Amino acid sequence: MSEHSRRKVSDRLGIGMTGLATALILAILLVILGTMVAGGHRVISWEFLSQPPREGMTRGGIFPAIFGMVFSVLIMLIAVLPIGVATAVYLHEYAKPGHWLTKLVRGAVNNLAGVPSIVFGLFGLGFFIQFIGRGLDASLGKEMLFGQPCILWAALTLALLNLPMVIVATEEALRAVPRDERAGALALGATRWQTIRHVVLPQALPGILTGTVLVIARGAGEVAPIMFTGAAYFLPSLPKAPTDQFMTLGYHIFVMTTQSPDIEATVPIAMGATLVLLCLTIALNLVAVVIRSRTRNALRKGR
Amino acid sequence: MAGSTADRIDITGFNLYYHATRALEDITLAIPEREVTAIIGPSGCGKSTLLRAINRMNDLIDGVRTDGGLRLDGEDIYQRGIDVVELRRKVGMVFQRPNPFPKSIYENVAFGVRMGGNGLLKTRLDEVVERSLKEAAIWDEVRDRLQRSAMELSGGQQQRVCIARALAVEPEVILMDEPASALDPLATAKIEELIFRLKEKYTIVIVTHNMQQAARVSDRTAFLMLGRLIEYDKTSKIFTSPSNKLTEEYITGRFG
Ligand SMILES: Nc1ncnc2c1ncn2[C@@H]1O[C@H](COP(=O)(O)OP(=O)(O)OP(=O)(O)O)[C@@H](O)[C@H]1O
Ligand SMILES: [Mg+2]
Repeated sequence: MSEHSRRKVSDRLGIGMTGLATALILAILLVILGTMVAGGHRVISWEFLSQPPREGMTRGGIFPAIFGMVFSVLIMLIAVLPIGVATAVYLHEYAKPGHWLTKLVRGAVNNLAGVPSIVFGLFGLGFFIQFIGRGLDASLGKEMLFGQPCILWAALTLALLNLPMVIVATEEALRAVPRDERAGALALGATRWQTIRHVVLPQALPGILTGTVLVIARGAGEVAPIMFTGAAYFLPSLPKAPTDQFMTLGYHIFVMTTQSPDIEATVPIAMGATLVLLCLTIALNLVAVVIRSRTRNALRKGR
Repeated sequence: MAGSTADRIDITGFNLYYHATRALEDITLAIPEREVTAIIGPSGCGKSTLLRAINRMNDLIDGVRTDGGLRLDGEDIYQRGIDVVELRRKVGMVFQRPNPFPKSIYENVAFGVRMGGNGLLKTRLDEVVERSLKEAAIWDEVRDRLQRSAMELSGGQQQRVCIARALAVEPEVILMDEPASALDPLATAKIEELIFRLKEKYTIVIVTHNMQQAARVSDRTAFLMLGRLIEYDKTSKIFTSPSNKLTEEYITGRFG
């Protein structure tokens, strides 16, 4: 076989394999979506989205789970965004790259990213609830206000889980800002912080937003970290404060498929709920794409 | 000639190291007020390094160390307690590659003033922007599109916006690192003309690879080689009867 035809064959093989892998992924996605649509589309209605579950979750809707999910994700964002972005800015803009402390923080972030989510759940239970929560209760003279599972601790646990993702996405975005522009700003007598605030961060924003959306999707879907830290099996009323327990979609699906007294009646509802979660995730991603291309265009035009 | 009252920048026995390597060696050089001083020399001889020493942009580079004297208006800019931000407002810089911010032309020029924080009224800021763009000889080309992005301009226009941006801060000294090297002859001519007019108000130090350019725009020329100052004199002298053999070889194009 000549060198030329050998290269041709390997080229074909490469295209074939990567094409096959792509097709497989698409097929899997379609099968998942198809199953959920087939099994769950009949239950989806305005009532389904706006009503609480009834009769041991064999009827009714999923509104409290949606509400709780949004509530917890919002608190998670409030916690994880400032800390994550600030850490990334420090690491990338201020810290000396070779310094041992920088390396230590980087290593810690990478290791944090590899920890299984159930471990975060246990950590949340031990640290947030039993240590901080109980401590707060004791010092405030309260009985079981902070020292029990609730939205706050669940959201903080989710924040911790997602912290590496925010840091990595932000650093990526910062790296994409040209050095020349930083130098330009500093040479005009801008301070380091002014340079970051007015030149670097605006350009990094699309990248940070993308990271944020991924984090939202993950925060909305994760079950393990919130199982012991705040999510409830069933609640008769909506949570009113961050110190209340909450229902959330992912955990609700888990509960419905494993603990229902009447599986037959629950399966379509669980499928419907899963369909809602999937659609939400996909919609979130689309929103991200739109925001990103908008900000990018705006930046190019220079607002 | 060091120390005379008309010298704005006074460099004496100045050394600069990148980690262990010495990039500038015992530089002594007095740069007079309201003149154009050109720095020439082969690639890698330390021209940019010397230029960046004057507004301390080298501070951004890891492992840079300096010793010796570098005075601006009699004040050592490397002594403790010097406010680098303040220094850079006095000593503006134009880079080799045009580097406007991805903001509007207006915001580019207003940037330094805004960062200076002396909260100008909008009308005052408008005036500063207009004056700077006029000084940089770009006003007529951009007056109708001040709110459009500076990224949409040609390279030569971008470079003049960058010059306007530096002028808006009202510096005393302007450092230019091969400001025309990325531009075509026409745009280059515009920049040179501009430099010629700017020296009425500003002290200008310009790095260039282009001998004709140095001869055309500068009053004095410093010739650097391997981090050492080989010769420094009136441009007319350097280009007609240099006293050092190396200088002569360089400007007649025998090396570098
Ligand atoms: N950031 C840096 N770190 C380490 N060494 C550097 C750095 N920048 C420049 N140098 C070294 O210092 C010397 C002078 O560099 P400099 O950029 O000042 O040269 P130059 O005269 O401006 O060259 P050119 O004409 O190519 O722009 C070179 O040997 C270069 O390798
Ligand atoms: Mg250079």
